[in-house]
Amino acid sequence: MAKITLSNLRHSYMPNPKGPEDYALKKIDLSWDDGGAYALLGPSGCGKSTLLNIISGLLMPSEGKVLFDNNDVTQLPPDRRNIAQVFQFPVIYDTMTVRNNLAFPLRNRGMSETHIAARVAEIAAMLEVEEMLDTRAAHLSPDNKQKISMGRGLVRDDVNVVMFDEPLTVIDPHLKWKLRSKLKELHQRVRATMIYVTHDQTEALTFADQVIVMQDGEVVQIGTPVELFERPQHTFVGHFIGSPGMNVLRTEVREGSAFFQGHTVPLEGTISGNGGVTELGIRPEFVSLSDSGLPARIRNISDVGRHAVVEALVGDTPVKAIVEGELPEKGAAVHLDFRADQTRLYRDGWIATEAAS
Amino acid sequence: MKTENQRAWFFVLPVLLLVAFNALVPIMTVVNYSVQETFGNNVFFWQGLDWFEQILRSDRFQAALGRQFLFTFLILIIEVPLGIIIALSMPRKGIWVPVCLVLMALPMLIPWNVVGAMWNIFTLPKIGLLGYLMNDVLGIAYDMTQNPFAAWVTIIVMDVWHWTSLVVLLSYAGLVSIPDAYFQAAKIDGASPWKVFRYIQLPKMKTVLTIAILLRFMDSFNIYTEPFVLTGGGPGNSTTLLSIDLVKIALGQFDLGPAAAMSLIYFAITLLVSWLFYTLMTKDDAK
Repeated sequence: MAKITLSNLRHSYMPNPKGPEDYALKKIDLSWDDGGAYALLGPSGCGKSTLLNIISGLLMPSEGKVLFDNNDVTQLPPDRRNIAQVFQFPVIYDTMTVRNNLAFPLRNRGMSETHIAARVAEIAAMLEVEEMLDTRAAHLSPDNKQKISMGRGLVRDDVNVVMFDEPLTVIDPHLKWKLRSKLKELHQRVRATMIYVTHDQTEALTFADQVIVMQDGEVVQIGTPVELFERPQHTFVGHFIGSPGMNVLRTEVREGSAFFQGHTVPLEGTISGNGGVTELGIRPEFVSLSDSGLPARIRNISDVGRHAVVEALVGDTPVKAIVEGELPEKGAAVHLDFRADQTRLYRDGWIATEAAS
Repeated sequence: MKTENQRAWFFVLPVLLLVAFNALVPIMTVVNYSVQETFGNNVFFWQGLDWFEQILRSDRFQAALGRQFLFTFLILIIEVPLGIIIALSMPRKGIWVPVCLVLMALPMLIPWNVVGAMWNIFTLPKIGLLGYLMNDVLGIAYDMTQNPFAAWVTIIVMDVWHWTSLVVLLSYAGLVSIPDAYFQAAKIDGASPWKVFRYIQLPKMKTVLTIAILLRFMDSFNIYTEPFVLTGGGPGNSTTLLSIDLVKIALGQFDLGPAAAMSLIYFAITLLVSWLFYTLMTKDDAK
């Protein structure tokens, strides 16, 4: 197990990249502590799988270094990095039994049979697959196949990092939840560094202690799930995390105050910087219907069970609010209240208010 | 409520008629000949299973059958591994893929009698390029018209040249359908190239290889045109395979009864071996 450092990493799939748009990864500097559970979250094509393949050694970065505990492993092939990776689709060796599948990575490294038997038994117990150890892997259901793939990743006790590349894509929804909690539990038991790549915010937020949000080959924000939810550093994070995502509203800034549709809106703190495109960011959870505030007209209401998502027009801009309890009529005139300590200003996408202390 | 009608039969009928006239009726004619003796004038005498017994006991049939099995065994043992090796070394992507595929497909597109004629001219001493090279440049005595061993080598090399591509193309199709993740996982698991072949590539090629071997078995077991054009079954009877012998009996000697019995035995062997092989290969998947 090791601390992983990525320094000045850049990668392009083109032989002669010119501008920054040619890079799938644009300058990544990250370090991951030993034993942490991390998630790489971002939409498809944001570079998260590229980053993963660079850490595992399946891909050589165009520039920069990958360090495991200060040892430069950038040039090493995957089998010499001592890492494990679980792929999107379950990879199992069809002709082998489950037991031999689990033992495969150990046998290839010339471990003793007694050690192998002990490890396989331990992992099988953890994954609750003991009763299928002697069946042929080809006959398993997809979720069990993926469990075996995970088992092959976890069977070596000295791996530097275990990586998961959207491992639950092919799993039925009701089993996803089960496997996800299994993974979380496994992490607590084996304490290996784990990196989980996904485009599903629920998966990322439930699995990881630290979530790295990526967009267009760049890291947008790193933080705990709570930090990402409460104080997105970028409108993209606000959009991407939360259901529905953060309201991002075009706003004018005059003399240190923010004006939305002609009304002043109190913010969490003082505005920093100037110029650029300014937007207001507030999560629907912190918008409420009240007697005073921004005048608005209800355009749409969708009841999602526990609460309703109300869409109201302020001027010509729709604002979403999460409302519990009594619901207004469609078309009714209401007032919206933005909770000041959760209202932030973004300049060119990036946060531009100082946090209230 | 389930409604049933017999209309579906009308849709099957054309195919049924076609199959009846090109397969069932000819085969029944053969069955008819195989149990009777005729001296012409459409006069037939019941013969029972005498022809079958006579054929099975005859040294001539047994020798031809032996040659046939030897030929099929030799070409399979060369073409299958060779085809797999070529498929493994072909590029998985890039501009060379279509080039390789076309080059591979070329021999299979040539009509069978042309293949025989080509190899005949190619290997004749003095006239042919190969014949000239072997005899006059390298000084190795090589004459497939005189030497049985040379004749065997030539028909086998010809079949390998003509049909290895089939194994290559089918294996290649099996190989390219393996997702990259398998190779990446194997790399991470520390698998050697041999283990990658044994546990990933070979199992994934199993279905296509079964089909390839089955096709090659049936085709080579029934081979006629190419060796007929190349060696005509000679020198002597050394390359007289079953089909060549059958044609000699049926059309050369006009022994329709024994020829019919031999056809049916021949057909039964092909069917039996194919069925056995297919059943064995697909046994595991049935579960």
